[in-house]
Amino acid sequence: MKVRVDVMLKTGVLDPQGEAVRHALGAMGFAGVEGVRQGKVIELDLATDDAAAAEAEATEMADKLLANTVIESFVVKVLG
Amino acid sequence: MRAAVVVFPGSNCDRDMAVAFERAGADVTLVWHKDDHLPEHTDIVGVPGGFSFGDYLRCGAIAAKSPISRSIIAHAGRGGYVLGVCNGFQMLTETGLLPGALMRNANLKFICKTVDLVVETADSAFTRGYAKGQRLTIPVAHHDGNYQVDDVTLAQLRAEDRIAFTYADNPNGSIADIAGVLSANRRVLGMMPHPERAVDPAHGGTDGVAMFRSLVEGMVAA
Repeated sequence: MKVRVDVMLKTGVLDPQGEAVRHALGAMGFAGVEGVRQGKVIELDLATDDAAAAEAEATEMADKLLANTVIESFVVKVLG
Repeated sequence: MRAAVVVFPGSNCDRDMAVAFERAGADVTLVWHKDDHLPEHTDIVGVPGGFSFGDYLRCGAIAAKSPISRSIIAHAGRGGYVLGVCNGFQMLTETGLLPGALMRNANLKFICKTVDLVVETADSAFTRGYAKGQRLTIPVAHHDGNYQVDDVTLAQLRAEDRIAFTYADNPNGSIADIAGVLSANRRVLGMMPHPERAVDPAHGGTDGVAMFRSLVEGMVAA
C-alpha cells in the first residue's frame, strides 16, 4: 500500500528557506507571490493491504520520526 | 570521572570532545552508536558535533533513534549528565531531552566563525566555572543553529533560569539570542557553539576549558 506523508512547518514558524524562494521568484519577475512555504513529501510503500492499518502505521511513523512535531505538522494520505 | 563520547556515522567532533574531557582529567570511552549500552559507571555522556547520518531527514533526527540513544535517554532519566554540542544539541532536542528545535540559520548560510557568548547562569555543573554575565569567545560552525521554542516554553526557560548561554551578537536568528539551554534538572546541556574547540592555546582560545574542568572536578568531589 502506498502512503504519502506531507510534512510542513507549522503556521507561525518562520520559514527562511520559503522566504528565500519567494525573493528569488520576485527577482525572476513573478509578481504577486505573497508567500512561499517549503515542506517535504515522503512516500512510503507498506506491506499491508489494509488502508486503515496503513494510515495508522504511517501516522505513528510520522509522529515518531518523519516529522518533528515541535515545529512541523503532517498529513497522511493513503494512495492505495 | 567517567565520560562516554558517542560516535555516530558522520560525527566529526568526537575526538576533540574526548581530548577536552581527557585533558580535564576524565577517563573517556568512545561509544559506537550501535552499542545498546553505555560503559558502566558513566557519569557524563558527550554527544559531539558533526553531520550524523548526513543530516538526512532533519539534523540529529536519525541519530536520536539509534540504539545508543535509548541508553542516553535512560541515563538522563536516572539523573545522569549529558553534554550535547552542535549536532549533539540538535540530537538532544530530537530525543525530547531538551525543548525546542534547531532550524536553518536565518541567513540560510553555513556560519563558521568565532563568536562571543554571554554566560546567563553559573548555576549548573557545566557553567559553575564561569561567572554570570561573563563573556566567552567560542567557535560556532553550523547551518542549522537557529534555536526556536514557543512563547510558553521560552517563558518557562527564563523563569527556571535554564538559558545557559546567549550570543552577544546573534549570528543565526535564534529566539532570544539563545546559544545553549539546560534541562529542568540542569544536568543536560545543549549548545551550538563548540567549547571543545577552545581548550588549547593553539585553538586560538581556551575559554572552553572551565566547562570541562568544572564538570570533572564537580563529579570527582560528588
